[in-house]
Amino acid sequence: MQELFLVIISAVFVNNVVFARFLGICPYLGVSKNLDTAIGMGFAVTFVMTVATAITYVLQKAVLIPFGIEFMQTVMFILVIASLVQLVEIVLKKVSKSLYSSLGIYLPLITTNCAILGMALIAIQEDYDLLTSVVFAFFSAMGFILAIVMFAGIRIKLEEADVPAPFKNVPIGFISAAILSLAFMGFSGLVK
Amino acid sequence: MNEALNILTRGFVRENPVTKMLLGLCPVLAVTTSAVNGLGMGLATTFVLLGSNIVISLTAKVIPDTVRIPAFVLVIATFVTIVDLLIKAYSPELNQALGIFIPLIVVNCMILGRAEAFASRNGIWYSVIDAVGMGIGFTLALFVLSAFREVLGSGTIFNMPLVGEDASTILVFALPPGAFAGLGLIIAGLNALEKKKGGK
Repeated sequence: MQELFLVIISAVFVNNVVFARFLGICPYLGVSKNLDTAIGMGFAVTFVMTVATAITYVLQKAVLIPFGIEFMQTVMFILVIASLVQLVEIVLKKVSKSLYSSLGIYLPLITTNCAILGMALIAIQEDYDLLTSVVFAFFSAMGFILAIVMFAGIRIKLEEADVPAPFKNVPIGFISAAILSLAFMGFSGLVK
Repeated sequence: MNEALNILTRGFVRENPVTKMLLGLCPVLAVTTSAVNGLGMGLATTFVLLGSNIVISLTAKVIPDTVRIPAFVLVIATFVTIVDLLIKAYSPELNQALGIFIPLIVVNCMILGRAEAFASRNGIWYSVIDAVGMGIGFTLALFVLSAFREVLGSGTIFNMPLVGEDASTILVFALPPGAFAGLGLIIAGLNALEKKKGGK
């Protein structure tokens, strides 16, 4: 139990996906223009990341290792993620029109969100068991939501700020991200 | 020939994948703690881009439109696996330093972006030039950022010391915040330069 708790704290704060691991930067910059889209993207990522990590874990243990074809890991995992995203899209379209219209546009983007593949690979690298892997993936996604929502809030304020011309838009976004990341470094040392 | 030169050079600065198009940022920020890592990552990515652009420009006509993206991803993943195995075999230190960012070249949006926007619509000759140009631009951006961070953060370049043993360095540039700040400063600098040029 205590170990799971440590994994959770580490995934959300200490090793935050965006600020410490540098995964999922593209959606982090791309869809953080307003709060609603940021939250929508966050939940879509949470779902795919959790399910993808569970499936890839089982595949790794049940297929890749017994057959001695670990070098196929990258190819296999990305195929799982791509088809999972497609599947989620089809199911959502049939089951819930409203959820589909709010999450739908983010789904294709998720395939190339490196946080998903990254988490699946890290869970295997760290030698977590199935439960820990799933908890780790879910709370890493929570860390992603935390980062993207905070950043969306900052960007709304930045739009009204008087920024020096060369720093407008993207550069000031990076500088703000640097300061946020500095703040998150305050958590380091909390776990291990 | 002019057309080819144009395709080759636009990736250097004008349409640089990192500073202008903001593609493939995860490895850019993550592995640029030292110039060696930055160069290694840049070259590995260029190799994958070159391979995937060649194969995709040759096969784009026979791939049905509906399975285009999965097919491209599969091609890219194959080349990433090749690079991964090569680096593991010939440079274990680089493998150690780049870690999971080698398999993550698969989801580098720059590569899929070039496949989709360029290689699938152009012949093999232009696709090769495009891959080389974009690869050089990507490597250049990685190298500049990593050299900047290594000099300021650790006081070394290519692991050779620039300052005395006991000199204090700005450690924050070697840590995650320095990656964001460094890239922000470089893009702001390029913006300022461009403005100055345009004003003349």
